[in-house]
Amino acid sequence: MTLGQAARLIDARGIDKTYATQAGDDVVALARVSFDVARGEFVTVVGPSGCGKSTLLKILAGILRRSSGELTLGGRPVDGPSRDIGVVFQAPVLLPWRTVMQNVLLPIDIQRQPRRAHEERARALVRMVGLDGFEDKYPGELSGGMQQRVGIARALVHDPSLLLMDEPFGALDAMTRESMNLELLRIWGESRKTVMLVTHSIPEAVFLADRVIVMSPRPGRISEIIDVDLPRPRSLEMINSAPFGVHVAAIRRHFQSLGALDA
Amino acid sequence: MSARGSTTRRTEIGLSILLFIAFVGGWEAAVRVFAVPAIVVPAPSAVMRALVAGLASGELVTHFWVTFAEVILGFVAGAGCGFAIGVMVGLFPLLERTVYPYVVAFQTLPKVAIAPIIVIWFGYGMTSKVVITATIAFFPVLANTIVGLRAVPREQVELMVAFTASRWQVFMMARLPQALPYVFVGLDIAIVLSVIGAIVGEFVGAQAGLGYLILQRNFHMDMAGVFAILIILSLMGIGLHLLVNAIQRRVVFWIDGAHDKVMGA
Repeated sequence: MTLGQAARLIDARGIDKTYATQAGDDVVALARVSFDVARGEFVTVVGPSGCGKSTLLKILAGILRRSSGELTLGGRPVDGPSRDIGVVFQAPVLLPWRTVMQNVLLPIDIQRQPRRAHEERARALVRMVGLDGFEDKYPGELSGGMQQRVGIARALVHDPSLLLMDEPFGALDAMTRESMNLELLRIWGESRKTVMLVTHSIPEAVFLADRVIVMSPRPGRISEIIDVDLPRPRSLEMINSAPFGVHVAAIRRHFQSLGALDA
Repeated sequence: MSARGSTTRRTEIGLSILLFIAFVGGWEAAVRVFAVPAIVVPAPSAVMRALVAGLASGELVTHFWVTFAEVILGFVAGAGCGFAIGVMVGLFPLLERTVYPYVVAFQTLPKVAIAPIIVIWFGYGMTSKVVITATIAFFPVLANTIVGLRAVPREQVELMVAFTASRWQVFMMARLPQALPYVFVGLDIAIVLSVIGAIVGEFVGAQAGLGYLILQRNFHMDMAGVFAILIILSLMGIGLHLLVNAIQRRVVFWIDGAHDKVMGA
């Protein structure tokens, strides 16, 4: 899929990432990764462990340097972290001495903006992720799912265009995970952000995405980009529908053919 | 705390007091029955009489304040330096490889062995005792500060950097607060060691203080008087330890009870 300049938020062309190991030899984590993401699109990246999907996300977030290749965000080359990005990792990594509100306002503090000007938005986000009434609680008083919701609100508080999520629900139990998926789609629908989400769950990747980037390991590269034509808004019943099953089966077959049966 | 928990706690305290009463009673009885000479082991009742007499005459009180001041000043100076240097090492990893080996080398010196030198350098007054106490209080705070500053999860740092945090912001917003529980472990060790430091200093050469008084009374074979001082010293140590713990609970309020137990162990 090719996009016009204005519609394109991420443009990655031939991204390579090579690590030098302690033994002195190089490990290729990513090889010739190219894709683009349109504004407002929900793209998921799926692949077995070691396929470099987290590395790719860290390069997009500007916290890891690419070895070579072109990468632009909103037309500007990525050469470090950007204020226009919100990130969510697998661990919520909230600061335990800050309340829910104070944790949500962390990006505002980091950007040295006045908290008062953003308090209302933070409050609205806390409500949006379903934590109404928990504003002044400390992370130690929340469940894992609730902590991850705080992390999502935190990633949106500075109103970034792009939300990067690295296995955000990987540590949650299956039922919480399903409801968090639905909630994420609702939040995405309300905020109209561009979302790029990394997961190792094929059904999760298909359920959430407009497009699924399928990666294969050693070296990490894109082996396929699949358009998911399921209607929106999505519901959990769709998981049992035939088109959903077709997509999941296609990706699974793909991994099996690569010998990555653990995926 | 649950009702069940508080009942258990009350039982434990009750047992603990009973044990104390049995021990002191047994001690008193043994001294009387076997007519142990007072210059070997004094009876608890004799110790109490010496304690009351010392407090009433003001002698114990005067010397208490001297030692207490040495402990507090030495602790503040030593712990302050330990924390400050720990923070510097945390900020500049180069220091850890260049300066820290010398700090460890200094730590391996027994402070008792250098105490006489410090007394020569700083005199028989309070200053030498404060310095000796500070050298002892310094290291636990330093070591725990360094470890604590490393305790921040990697993901936490990556997340903050992704939100465009500078190195300094990561330090102030995440690493320093994360280090505080560790710093308090160091402070708790340091405050108890500080009491030892002051007494050691006074043994080496002093004109006042509870350690000085112990030597005086020992010289006069006033064993009951020495034991009375030991009671005051242990009360001082326990009091300061509880004070540090109380401040810790205030400052690092996010560490829950279970964690607290491990740290206090």
